[in-house]
Amino acid sequence: MTTVTDPPKAAFRLSMLIYDTRYRSMTIQVIALIGFMLLAAFIINNTIQNLANLGKEPDFGFLSEPAGYDINQRLIEYTSQSTHLRAAFVGLLNTLVVAVLGCITATVLGVIIGVLRLSSNWLVARIMTVYVEMFRNVPVLLWIVFIMAILIETLPAPRAFRGDDPEATMKLFDTVAVTNRGVYIPEPLFSRGLGDFSVFGAFEVSWDLLAIIAVLVAGFWAARRVKLNADATQEATGVRPTTWHMRLALMFGPVLFLLVALGFHLGYPELKGFNFAGGTHMRNSLIALWLALSLYTAAFIAEIVRAGIMAISKGQSEAAFALGLRPNRTMNLVILPQALRVIIPPLISNYLNLTKNSSLAIAVGYMDITGTLGGITLNQTGRELETLLLLMLVYLIISLSISAVMNWYNNSVKLVER
Amino acid sequence: MSNTHSDTVRFVRETMLTEQAPPITAAGPVGWARANLFDGWFNSALTIISLVLIYMVLAAILPWVISPTWNAGSLTECREILVAAGSVGEHGASGACWGVIRERWLQLLFGFYPSELYWRPILAFLLTGAALAPVLFSGASRKLFYVTAAIPFVMPWLLWGGTIWGPISIAVGFVIGFFANRYLSDVFGSLGGIIAGVALALIWWLFLSGSVADVLSGIIPIGIEPVASRDFGGFMLSITIGLVAIGLSLPLGIVLALGRQSDLLIVKAICVGFIEFIRGVPLITLLFVASTLLNIFLPPGTNFDIILRVLIMVTLFAAAYMAEVIRGGLAALPRGQYEGADSLGLDYWQSQRLIIMPQALKISIPGIVSTFIGVFKDTTLVSIIGLLDPLGLSNGIRADTNWNGIVWELYGFIALLFFVFCFSMSRYSMYLERKLKTTN
Amino acid sequence: MKNAIFFGALTIAGLAAGAAAAGTLDDVKARGKLNCGVSTGVAGFAQPDANGEWQGFDVAVCRAVAAAVLGDATAIEFVPTTGKTRFTALASGEIDMLARNTTWTFSRDVDLKFEFVGVNYYDGQGFLAPKELGVTSAKDLDGATICIQTGTTTELNLADYFRVNNIAYEPVPIETNAEALQQLGAGACDSYTTDASGLAASRATFENSADWVILPEIISKEPLGPLVRHGDSEWGDVVRWTLNALIAAEELGVTSANMADLASAPGDNPEINRMLGTEGTLGEMLGLDADWAQKAIGVAGNYGEIFEKNIGENTPIGLARGLNAQWTEGGLLYAPPFR
Repeated sequence: MTTVTDPPKAAFRLSMLIYDTRYRSMTIQVIALIGFMLLAAFIINNTIQNLANLGKEPDFGFLSEPAGYDINQRLIEYTSQSTHLRAAFVGLLNTLVVAVLGCITATVLGVIIGVLRLSSNWLVARIMTVYVEMFRNVPVLLWIVFIMAILIETLPAPRAFRGDDPEATMKLFDTVAVTNRGVYIPEPLFSRGLGDFSVFGAFEVSWDLLAIIAVLVAGFWAARRVKLNADATQEATGVRPTTWHMRLALMFGPVLFLLVALGFHLGYPELKGFNFAGGTHMRNSLIALWLALSLYTAAFIAEIVRAGIMAISKGQSEAAFALGLRPNRTMNLVILPQALRVIIPPLISNYLNLTKNSSLAIAVGYMDITGTLGGITLNQTGRELETLLLLMLVYLIISLSISAVMNWYNNSVKLVER
Repeated sequence: MSNTHSDTVRFVRETMLTEQAPPITAAGPVGWARANLFDGWFNSALTIISLVLIYMVLAAILPWVISPTWNAGSLTECREILVAAGSVGEHGASGACWGVIRERWLQLLFGFYPSELYWRPILAFLLTGAALAPVLFSGASRKLFYVTAAIPFVMPWLLWGGTIWGPISIAVGFVIGFFANRYLSDVFGSLGGIIAGVALALIWWLFLSGSVADVLSGIIPIGIEPVASRDFGGFMLSITIGLVAIGLSLPLGIVLALGRQSDLLIVKAICVGFIEFIRGVPLITLLFVASTLLNIFLPPGTNFDIILRVLIMVTLFAAAYMAEVIRGGLAALPRGQYEGADSLGLDYWQSQRLIIMPQALKISIPGIVSTFIGVFKDTTLVSIIGLLDPLGLSNGIRADTNWNGIVWELYGFIALLFFVFCFSMSRYSMYLERKLKTTN
Repeated sequence: MKNAIFFGALTIAGLAAGAAAAGTLDDVKARGKLNCGVSTGVAGFAQPDANGEWQGFDVAVCRAVAAAVLGDATAIEFVPTTGKTRFTALASGEIDMLARNTTWTFSRDVDLKFEFVGVNYYDGQGFLAPKELGVTSAKDLDGATICIQTGTTTELNLADYFRVNNIAYEPVPIETNAEALQQLGAGACDSYTTDASGLAASRATFENSADWVILPEIISKEPLGPLVRHGDSEWGDVVRWTLNALIAAEELGVTSANMADLASAPGDNPEINRMLGTEGTLGEMLGLDADWAQKAIGVAGNYGEIFEKNIGENTPIGLARGLNAQWTEGGLLYAPPFR
């Protein structure tokens, strides 16, 4: 007679840490953790030791000392007597400016090129293929210095605009000056402006800008209310009231009124002394970097867009037509939502790449955060560890925020499987 | 309702008409042009705009490129030749100055590598190509796998030179690790075997291999002339960094990808942290670390040259991207493969080695190739920290009084070389993707 | 507890390594090569030629030191450094000395822990501008666009100068000299500011160098010289006295032509004899051979010969001796006595 016995309730033995699968994963993790901590301790200990030998104990105090150097493109108030921290902040804003401009341009160009690559016109499709291959297969750093060289060598110097019979003239009815120091475009000015206010005593923010944004947002919100009302009326009565003129007026009327009230006018650039004065100066370095990054990234985006469009099977649009949807509704309701699901994730990772590539600004002297904090500040203070840590932290925060947006989007459009 | 057919139809053709040539407007070049270029007013407009564009680009570039300055010894000489040939633009002589390429092309390709030893990098890269053949082309002979196994040791030896016992003693470490794993895993189980193998190999490398190699090279001095890595430059440097980084990052990337996929919380956290950190910062900051900080992280007094430091950082950089590529390959494997491996009773490492990795790596090859293209292009960044890659060399050449003022010729030449290299690789990766698509 | 032991072990290892690394002179001798940091390319001062041989005024100092220490002017590794990497390369021990027109300043000497061993070129920051711009003084540059090389002291000097004189300018930061010249030549900058020696070298490379003018203002003192790590005085002495030997040789009339004669048949000038090692034990005191200075001077001659060959008036760079003449001729070069 056999009795069913419980498996022996073995006492814990040391060998179970290796052989028992219940404990083994724990063992591996503990070993990994110890190994990792030892490595970290090793590196940190070495660093402390080495820095002590060099007489450079880690110290972030340099950030509050005067920077001593000038920065040409600054979105906030900055002089050579401002602190290194402020210089880093000026650089950060410059990084963000070129990243945002680059992402927008790259997207527009990329979509156009991606669609044209699928064009039935043989010649156009080929040209676009050549474009994509040409930009994808040459390093972006080379494109940046190349475009910078083109701008410097082929455009006229400001002194060519001088004299009674100048070699070069301003474009677009004398409002835009294209020189090899950059492009001068008209700037918005307010003769009855509201002035600035200061945030934490550190940054000046223009009331005019805030007022315009507020009025614009309010206008769009009102226009949307009108549209929703019209929708409701249509639902209830079957008749849709005509609202487009009202919506248009709501959107832009208040802003126009505000602009007139503020005394809005354009300040045009004009040649004064060595340079053009007045207007907004978009420097060569910004333009070269912006153009190179957009053209380079556009080649990748074009491929993504092409793949996205080709991924939607023809049956989808045919089915939509069979349901009686009109072409534009088919596009909005059937094709785009599906294509975007394919397009958006790689698109955002390309935005990420563009932002990281903007650190190559240093090659053309654009003062982004790598140029200020990781460049001149590092050089003048000799604080490599501190500046590089800060620099990496800043880029990490930017990257992680972009990734967070991507994850949020991916989750919101994820196919819900049964 | 009898034979209605004969009542209603008076004539039925019973023979085929002889085929006629399609109208001239629908066939041949004209027809093709109508269908592909002038199909409606919009397409016609696009075609005409494109033609004008092509003409403008060619008209701007071609006369400049075709320039009889191949033998010039300086920019001034170029200008004299151009003026003599009558090609004078609005800003003086116009035309390329190709003399600089004739004088410096070897430097742009090999940097300061001793010219009598040029055969070594060439041989090393050819051998690497042969070693990759069985991996990349399924038609290649399997025997080439022996080359593949040997190349990680032969290529550095050819490039850096020195005694042959160095690479051999490194290789012996792998052999020791392999056999330790094979025989000890019977005793300690497969995880224990791996740990024992790695530990023994490390002990060999850290404590024994150096002295053994010294002794052996004292007894049997076989070696080739050593070349300092500072003499590396030009495209050779770019290719070396690219190949070494990809080669070393592959095993590292596999480990990281497995770590990221694993259920072990701490291991996973470490891997995710590493991957996201590296992918979140620009390569240039990592290169700054290589040039300014890496020595500070190591024990005081350690010192090795900048190219090795750059190799380390670029390898770490490539490993993070490689890990994501391989993770994609792992994720693309059907769930059933994992379950099938489990049901056969294989443990984790056996199933990875025999079932999962061979398939996942095969799917990942296009991704790996495009990572390689990316890393190869990114090697131009080392010019920013003062290494003499082609772009860095171009600065030195432009500082030469003979060639000051040269811009386009150098950039054009460098761009062309990169293009040829990257374009052929991307074509290869597309070919592979097509092939994989049909077999799956 | 475990960690404490671990750290302790590491500390001991670290101290041992630190002690071993202290003697740069011994390291260089053991290695058989001198690692010398130079710039990535400044005409006349350091640039690789078509054969990859480094040439120039700064390079000559490296070669003289290599010859003095190792007896071989080619036993040398040139490490090209940028404005950013030069100090870390020296601090980390990657290079043994830095000869890359580096300005001797208080903070570099004291805060960054380096030791400047002397001055091989007295320079000052100036401005280069095209003649057609019509400026005769740097004070006329109000509102001008000015190219500067980043990572140098010139950036700070420029900011200070314009702030003190209360005039506006637009800085265009540039990474390399070649790019600055490209921008200046195309008119993207009105003026380029760097050390006056660099300006002269740059002007020489323009197609019509007569169309360019160096403005009279020198807005800073830029004593350029080789430097070594702080705290290794033996090595510092070797580099310092090699440089001094080159300078003193010119003052004493020792040239590459007559040196062999002076060494084989000692004359009656005791200082020459002591320097060339035919009298006294100066070389031994430095830890070098007795004929160390002969080897150093034998590479390319004395200071004056090196100057004339690389950057002097008969070269495309065309620099006058100016401040860099011997003190006996109204300059600032003044080598301490060899005694």
